[in-house]
Amino acid sequence: MKWEIVIGLEVHAQLSTSSKIFSGASTAFGAEANTQACAVDLALPGVLPVLNRGAVERAIKFGLAVGAHIAPRSVFSRKNYFYPDLPKGYQISQFDLPIIGQGALTICVPETTTEKAYEKLVRLTRAHLEEDAGKSLHEDFRGMTGIDLNRAGTPLLEIVSEPDMRSATEAVIYAKMLHTLVRWIGICDGNMQEGSLRFDANVSVRRPGAELGARREIKNLNSFRFLQQAIEYEAQWQIDTLEAGGKVQQATVLFDSDKCETRAMRSKEDAHDYRYFPDPDLLPVAIDADWIERVRKTLPELPLAKRARYVADLDLSAYDADTLTSSREMADLFEATLSEVPGEAKLCANWLMGDVSASLNREDRDVAHCPISPQQLGGVLKRIVDGTISNFAAKEVFKTLWSEGGDPDVIIEEKGLKQISDVGTLEAMIDKIIADNAAQVAEYRSGKEKVFGFFVGLAMKASKGSANPAQMQEILKRKLSNQK
Amino acid sequence: MSLSIGDVYKIARLARLGMTEQEAEEAHTQLLSIFSLIAEMQAVDTTGILPMSHAQDLTQRLREDVVTEKDQRELFQSTTSHIKNGLYLVPQVIE
Repeated sequence: MKWEIVIGLEVHAQLSTSSKIFSGASTAFGAEANTQACAVDLALPGVLPVLNRGAVERAIKFGLAVGAHIAPRSVFSRKNYFYPDLPKGYQISQFDLPIIGQGALTICVPETTTEKAYEKLVRLTRAHLEEDAGKSLHEDFRGMTGIDLNRAGTPLLEIVSEPDMRSATEAVIYAKMLHTLVRWIGICDGNMQEGSLRFDANVSVRRPGAELGARREIKNLNSFRFLQQAIEYEAQWQIDTLEAGGKVQQATVLFDSDKCETRAMRSKEDAHDYRYFPDPDLLPVAIDADWIERVRKTLPELPLAKRARYVADLDLSAYDADTLTSSREMADLFEATLSEVPGEAKLCANWLMGDVSASLNREDRDVAHCPISPQQLGGVLKRIVDGTISNFAAKEVFKTLWSEGGDPDVIIEEKGLKQISDVGTLEAMIDKIIADNAAQVAEYRSGKEKVFGFFVGLAMKASKGSANPAQMQEILKRKLSNQK
Repeated sequence: MSLSIGDVYKIARLARLGMTEQEAEEAHTQLLSIFSLIAEMQAVDTTGILPMSHAQDLTQRLREDVVTEKDQRELFQSTTSHIKNGLYLVPQVIE
């Protein structure tokens, strides 16, 4: 009998504010330990938190992007927590009145060898603002732990989903969509290496149709790969346990990426008793309709809407549309290039997903740092469309633009890459090739048609790639099959 | 609502408070009288009344997102000798 895996995710996104959520200390990553931990972050006596408008605004932006209810009044609560990485003895978070209510995100699961592609709605329970904790370093201190409070007080948006995902793959796709979305709307830099986006996965298994099983929460996963591995391992562990007649107990577990396994972390039964209560240091947060409307006007077209428009209006495949909307920079580059060669969406898509992406990957650059401007790329594509250069020659122009920059038309001129469509010139060139390669000509004429490729190669080389390929092949065929 | 002596110990443990038997007994008596006051208040019909989350009927003022703090590490760390490489040292925390 089959098992069904049930997954809900809690995603912590560090908001891209300059200063912390309740203090004026910097949130910049990588500073020397404790140089960005001010009196508020250190919880010195007498300090008071003051809420950062930028953090609230980013939360509103997110709420709008997932079609969620934005609370006109939300409240900060204290979550009691006794670790030195938050010296107050509590974390300021939100509990029963979060800033963002229910929303939803549609995920697109691509085709696999066994399953067709499908779309699925993942419901969001809520999203709330809270402060991040500092970092504990356990190495080199002989029985002591070193505490760096630079990260303490960095604003986090915790995005909580319903248990709507049914496989590790779905969970990873949902996580990736959130990753794209938060960067798209500019509320989080999405830098996984720096911990800007972290995942907790709630995993349980059940027989299809049965009630939810006991869940275990895997804490603090910081990459998509670990998210996938941890869920797969955990689900299999639960299935094995149940099939062997055991029981799964609700617990918090950690994923050991070296051993690729999960193991229980907090065993005390009262570990989840955080005794939340409203923080008397902070008043309720009021958000009026005007503010929400002002934020709504700053929202760009969202990835899913763009994706749908690319398929419907530009006639691109779902795969192309997905790739082009994988980041806002990519979509912007695509649209700017397309505006140079209107009506050539497929050609633009092919070049961006082909030569441009390959070159970016080779040099480990991201799209934002593409050395070729949309005007330059558009300029090359224009010349393919109007027949001035062949696709082959275009790659040559592209290479030059990539490494040296410049104007495509000037490069075409200087390198003599204009397509030769003049029949007389092509015929003379091909006559010479035929005369110089009598042995191969004989082979071809005796029925070895494979040799044709050899002649095409020679002709392209002789024309420096500037021969109109269709025309050149037509002439070659005619001349080769002509008995003298 | 009744509160057992066991509950008192549990609350103390959650708040990281050590308590002698006598202290726990005293806290138990005090908490019981607080709970009876709460029970009295809970008997009031509050249907349709928005729960209060702050004693003042005001809303939160917001701060502009600007860095206003300078690095004062040296000053803050002058209060302790438990520092190394700019880190605060605490008894080992192992989860």
